[in-house]
Amino acid sequence: MTRLARRAGQGLLLLAGVSVLSFVLIDLAPGDFFAEMRLDPRIEPATLQALRSRYGLDRPLPERYLRWLGSLATGELGYSFAYGGPVGPLLWPRARNTLVLTATATVLAWALAVPLGAWWATRRGGPVDAVLAGLTATLLAVPDLVLVLGLLLLAVRTGWLPAGGMVSVGHEQMLWGEGMRDLASHLVLPVTALVLGALPVLTRYVRASVAETLRAPFVRAARAHGIPELRILLHHALPAAANPLISLFGLSLAGLLSMSLLVEVVTSWPGLGPLLLEAILARDVYLVLGPVLASTLLLLAGNLLADALLLATDPRIRSEDA
Amino acid sequence: MKGRLAVGLALAALATVHLAALCAGFLAPYAPLEQTRALPYAPPTRLHFVDAEGRFHLRPFVYAIADPSGAGEAYQEDRRQPYPLRFLVPAVDATGAATTGKRLLGVDEPARVFLLGTDGLGRDQLSRLLHGARISLLAGLLATVLSLGLGWLLGTLAGFYGHGLDAVLMRSAELFLALPWLYLLFAVRAALPLHIAPAQAFLLLVLVIGLVDWARPARLVRGVVLSARERSYVLAARGFGASDFHLIRRHIAPQTLGLLLTQAALLVPQYILAEVTLSFLGLGVSEPVPSWGNMLAALQRYHVLTSYWWMWVPGLALVPVFLAYYALAEALRRRAGPAAL
Repeated sequence: MTRLARRAGQGLLLLAGVSVLSFVLIDLAPGDFFAEMRLDPRIEPATLQALRSRYGLDRPLPERYLRWLGSLATGELGYSFAYGGPVGPLLWPRARNTLVLTATATVLAWALAVPLGAWWATRRGGPVDAVLAGLTATLLAVPDLVLVLGLLLLAVRTGWLPAGGMVSVGHEQMLWGEGMRDLASHLVLPVTALVLGALPVLTRYVRASVAETLRAPFVRAARAHGIPELRILLHHALPAAANPLISLFGLSLAGLLSMSLLVEVVTSWPGLGPLLLEAILARDVYLVLGPVLASTLLLLAGNLLADALLLATDPRIRSEDA
Repeated sequence: MKGRLAVGLALAALATVHLAALCAGFLAPYAPLEQTRALPYAPPTRLHFVDAEGRFHLRPFVYAIADPSGAGEAYQEDRRQPYPLRFLVPAVDATGAATTGKRLLGVDEPARVFLLGTDGLGRDQLSRLLHGARISLLAGLLATVLSLGLGWLLGTLAGFYGHGLDAVLMRSAELFLALPWLYLLFAVRAALPLHIAPAQAFLLLVLVIGLVDWARPARLVRGVVLSARERSYVLAARGFGASDFHLIRRHIAPQTLGLLLTQAALLVPQYILAEVTLSFLGLGVSEPVPSWGNMLAALQRYHVLTSYWWMWVPGLALVPVFLAYYALAEALRRRAGPAAL
């Protein structure tokens, strides 16, 4: 437990560091939201100045950061100029949508990668080995962008799946079950893209770590005792290989979150990605900060989850912790 | 043996692609900005060997195409007049004025040879692909040099001197690694001016991609340096009074070489993709200068996505390039042993 608490504390510190870093970075940007208005002859420079001071943009950097921290306490997270409102209420539904997307994709990708990788590990040097090696290498080389565009093409051409968005028109009027089905049909396209993007790397890692434990002396001993191969794989090798895999779980989240940024934009999934892009293009300072921090928070939460899993599955770490 | 063949193939493929990008001015039939406004989204020009009378020509020829409807959807060949393909023709620039140099391929006006079709402004896709390769491939290479250079320097310093410096550097590395990579890239991109000239945009992009990702190589290099520092021959050299600089140059740096090469082969495709992604989303190299990313941006419109397969070519071109780089990385990793993962 102390281990988890320590990790959570480290995470919070990291989050604070990231917020300072991005605040300073964004402050370096030339021009702000009101810079574009300067070109408009109907707006007087004095008006712009007044707008800037009203939103506190003329204050020194440390003061702005402290103010922003203060607005964090009320859940506002600063003010979006483009939307004319606090960032918080804009951000949370978007973060939830990204979470729905990436969580589904993570669960699916792992549910496929573990059995596939374990099976692959038992088939060294055969045709299965060659086919899977070729398949994952090819999939690895297809860029995420081409993958998601290809799936989009398939969806538009065949009409089997909705080609974008998260829900259909009239989703609010649907019954609960119907609404879930609607959401699920919209999920298929982006989730498939994410899973196909993550799968080759994950499968290769699972194969490598399971293959390593299969070579371990205790597995050879189990085999010598006449324990069936399948039971060795499920009861002896997989639990022993869990440790590196759970560590990889945390890393795989970072990759999935990054990829979902692109996938969300292309499939118009209303998540953090499109919000961030929109904010960058509008020079909406605090709205840029929001998605960046929210994605960090998601990643840290995922890593904490991986730590908890590790604690639950690996007795070596538990005894260290006590 | 099989591994060596794969590496040979990968190296040959990479050499071909980079050479083609380097010689874009000669290989491309047109200037990348040259527009043929009458022929938007023209399909790839067909090369013919047999003419309307059934005679066989050794030199391939093309027909002029036109769209009687004017909508750019139903191009038809004008079979009355064949235009033979000409080789080593004098080059002309986007405005049609003669420039220095020769081009490999050409055809007499009014026919046009668009081997990979045209985009929405009637610009030759093949020419743009070749010129865009310069931008996209070079961005990947330069960013890799930058990120590995910085990562190597900081990782070596952290590993070699340890203590306070190590702690500071590795904590800041964790800060950079705590963010999903693309989000970090976007956050840094947000700090830069939006509307800038393509050349500046290219340099900024390389800088951003290269500087954002120093933390991963730095951590790997640090690990290698940490173990190399304690080897007995390093301790012996230190005992003989070798300076820190000498120790790093002669004894530590060579140990990191295998790791650097493997990382380079993995990072180049990743950074090429970063350029493509940013340009695709309108945050990178902008029109009219071609890059593979901003060429693909046309696919954001559904009718382009579904109707004109040749608009996909820059994306498809990425696949063999990535395959070659990954094959190279795999071979390098196998050679360097498990330490270089």
